[in-house]
Amino acid sequence: MVQAPPAPWIGASLPRVDGISKVTGRARYLDDLPAAGAWHGATVRSDIAHGVLEALDFDPAFDWSSVVVVTAADIAAQGGHNVIRLIQDDQPALVPVGGKVMHAHEPLALVAAPSRALARAAAAAVRPRIQPLPAVLSAKDALAGSVALHGTDNVFKSFLIRKGHREDAELERALASAALVIEGEYTTSPQEQMYIEPQAMMSSWHDGRCHIVGSMQCPYYVHKAMKTLLACKDDEVVISQSVTGGGFGGKEEYPSMIAAHAALLARKAGRAVKLVYDRDEDIAATTKRHPAWIRHRLGVDASGEPVAIDVDVVMDGGAYLTLSQVVLSRGVLHAAGPYRCPVVRVRGRVVATNHPPHGAFRGFGAPQTTFAYERQMDKLARARGEDPLALRKRLALRSGDTTATGQALTFSVGTDAVLAAIERAAGPPPQRAGRSLAGSPLRRGRGVCFYFHGAGFTGSGEARLAGRAAVAVVLPSGAEAASAAPVRFEVRSSSTDIGQGSITMFSQIAAASLGCDPQLVRVIDPTTDKVPDSGPTVASRTCMVVGRVVEQACRTLRGRLEAWRAARGPAAESLSLPEVAAAMARELASDGKELVELVQYEPPPGIVWDDDSYTGSAYPVYGWAACLVDVAVDLDTYEVSVLRCVQAVDVGKAINPVIVRGQIEGGTLQALGWALIENVIYKDGKVANANMTNCIVPTFADAPELETVLVEEPYPYGPGGAKGVGEIPMDGPAAAVANAVEDALGCAFDSLPISPEKIATALRQASARSDGKAGVP
Amino acid sequence: MKVTLTLNGQEAAVEVPPWRRLLDVLRDDLSLTGTKEGCGEGECGACTVLLDGEPVNSCLVAAGQCDGRAVTTVEGLATHRRGEEILHAVQRQLVACGGAQCGICTPGIAVCAAHLLERGLGAPGDGANDGASDGAGVGAQAALPLAGKSEAEARAAVRELLAGNICRCTGYQLVVEAVLAAAREVADGDAGATGRPS
Repeated sequence: MVQAPPAPWIGASLPRVDGISKVTGRARYLDDLPAAGAWHGATVRSDIAHGVLEALDFDPAFDWSSVVVVTAADIAAQGGHNVIRLIQDDQPALVPVGGKVMHAHEPLALVAAPSRALARAAAAAVRPRIQPLPAVLSAKDALAGSVALHGTDNVFKSFLIRKGHREDAELERALASAALVIEGEYTTSPQEQMYIEPQAMMSSWHDGRCHIVGSMQCPYYVHKAMKTLLACKDDEVVISQSVTGGGFGGKEEYPSMIAAHAALLARKAGRAVKLVYDRDEDIAATTKRHPAWIRHRLGVDASGEPVAIDVDVVMDGGAYLTLSQVVLSRGVLHAAGPYRCPVVRVRGRVVATNHPPHGAFRGFGAPQTTFAYERQMDKLARARGEDPLALRKRLALRSGDTTATGQALTFSVGTDAVLAAIERAAGPPPQRAGRSLAGSPLRRGRGVCFYFHGAGFTGSGEARLAGRAAVAVVLPSGAEAASAAPVRFEVRSSSTDIGQGSITMFSQIAAASLGCDPQLVRVIDPTTDKVPDSGPTVASRTCMVVGRVVEQACRTLRGRLEAWRAARGPAAESLSLPEVAAAMARELASDGKELVELVQYEPPPGIVWDDDSYTGSAYPVYGWAACLVDVAVDLDTYEVSVLRCVQAVDVGKAINPVIVRGQIEGGTLQALGWALIENVIYKDGKVANANMTNCIVPTFADAPELETVLVEEPYPYGPGGAKGVGEIPMDGPAAAVANAVEDALGCAFDSLPISPEKIATALRQASARSDGKAGVP
Repeated sequence: MKVTLTLNGQEAAVEVPPWRRLLDVLRDDLSLTGTKEGCGEGECGACTVLLDGEPVNSCLVAAGQCDGRAVTTVEGLATHRRGEEILHAVQRQLVACGGAQCGICTPGIAVCAAHLLERGLGAPGDGANDGASDGAGVGAQAALPLAGKSEAEARAAVRELLAGNICRCTGYQLVVEAVLAAAREVADGDAGATGRPS
């Protein structure tokens, strides 16, 4: 028997499997797919935030015979339900005439035409008549409750975490006993995902089924939503992911809406219909990060030991619930931070407003609350005159400590390693004063932060989800068979590669578990009639959870192959694993069976979570990270430049270090952008900067050199020890930037983004205060 | 209007309205879908192509402006020898260094970086025009943006040169590394004079 070589594939920076197709331009994204005869769709949207849709008027000057129009009436006429199914069935696919318009840019009707230009012209020739209603345009207005959008209090969902106390009075007593209470109020802005491939979907109805292909993260989310909307059975709708040009959460839930529209148009037009958003439409209409308003009290005793933490989180959910309650959940579960504290209260509310629904974006609620608690920690260090990194080392959670939900941490806690890595990388702080190349005076400063991120679904989410994946042995066929090509190990999962490299990582995990060359592994495209439901591609779970399932399936398959070989005695001893796989697969094929191993995810032992009390193991494991940022503030322009940004992240095990670095650096820059320049501006509920000229993201020239340190504290239940990495880099850097700007200027910045306008105002106020003081004798 | 192009080295002619965007002519009329649309307003650079050797945002160029001119797209970066595809140094390094993630911005970046290499980038620490800084021996080499620069200066220079291409996945770090690696290959003579295999 030929022994498989030891598996070098875990931890190897193999080039991305899809790399060559991407650098040559051969990778086909949705808009690149051949679509002979397909029509183009366009969406008629509301231009006001709240009202009643009284009528849709059709311009009589337009030739309506050349296009297809779909309204809400078409959905019911076919027996479907006018709803985008997700958590609650509250969001319609199209607002019906007589129904309520709940936000600007809300879809009201659809058109399809042979050309994009004609489709746009047709959409512009539909004139919605909307009777306006008073609109709720901030979370504070929603809580004031003068206009009821949801229930009587506009609260979609609230959560309460209590640790170390039963009643509010006990918490207040603990805070009253503190020697020092740091009290802060923080706001964060909506952020656009700005994947470079705009949302795109195509549908056609043939073979008695509805086929939808498009740019998406979660084929089975779309599948579930389409069954309800189109009144189809499981096998009557097939969802396929096309090569996807970035997602970052922005292609988690909204693709179901676009898929719905494409499918409705295609059914009525009797032909394929492509729906590709323009950038302005994409920015205006699709989901963005929840703006948040967070109040935080942190009490410490005379020695600086925390005695109580109290956090109140309010998020603006927008007009429909969509994923907001889950985003809020993650936000509150991270709100007390990775610090020990005996008494913790976290209250969270997500409220209804007339903004377009806010939704999934990398970090999923945690970046907002991380910004608040890491500003608080910095203020504590400042108030006590303690070194900010030393303070974090002193208070950070370690193995044996418990989190705010009472979860005892027992493994894979990278606290000391990430903090030590930052300490090693730090070097001397930047010189305080200086001049820019243009001669402006500069003030420089340094900020640090320490943070964590729960990987995988919250609480018992993964157990409920029971994600599945399979590996099958596929025999060479056709010309391949004649050339004695080896078998292929086919990995089947609904995880989507949206740039994060899951295809490559799954190939490496499978090859390592099977003991074969990664060239023999093929990770197939997610199509719902060919792959099992592995759960969505979200929550830093793809490598850690689905990768684990792939690992288990491959190990089981390998065990079966080895048993088969052993049972056949000496004659089979010299066969390699692929040869055994071929022989066994042929044997099964002659009985009409496939050699396949389908495995369902088993959560690690000891994960106990109580949804009612919000206590227990909120996540199976956490990633840990620390960040150091040096900034320079230009005192003429008030611009902030990031001079240095070091992130040390505990990833458990980097399956492919280069891919992991890419994930961390990409997330880091999104966080730096959120800290300083990114913002979505609403005016009367409409997005006022719906284009890339005004809704800016960092360019090559804006980005600092990013220094990344990978720390590996293995997670015993992840593939090769890996845990989630996708989101964590987004959580911390914004606070590190704010801490650095405060270090540079001596005034606090608690509202994102830290724009030149805010700096100018703060410096003016500070100078007015010091003038005032100077005037006091 | 009949528009004749030298497209990736070969003659091509299309009958299109003169105001049609070059991007649409390439994608829809000539079926070259490697060039991507990210914003349609010249901000993201995903649609970058070379027009007579200079990078342009093809979403902002009208077909009528292109008649008789040479257009290079991402499909024209690699060459073929005896049926085998040989990637441009930039393409190879983008794969090797992990500079492509979701890949939608990659064609634009590859085209722009290939243009920089073909115009001449030099490489950091490369002594080719050390003399230039002394005010002596200023020649064609002296203009090379990276030559004679420190590693940090070279990285900053690459960032400036590619600032018209937005990537949302990578944080740019690994793209900068890929471009510098390609520049070194060219400077070392490992990838031909321009990175384009001949």
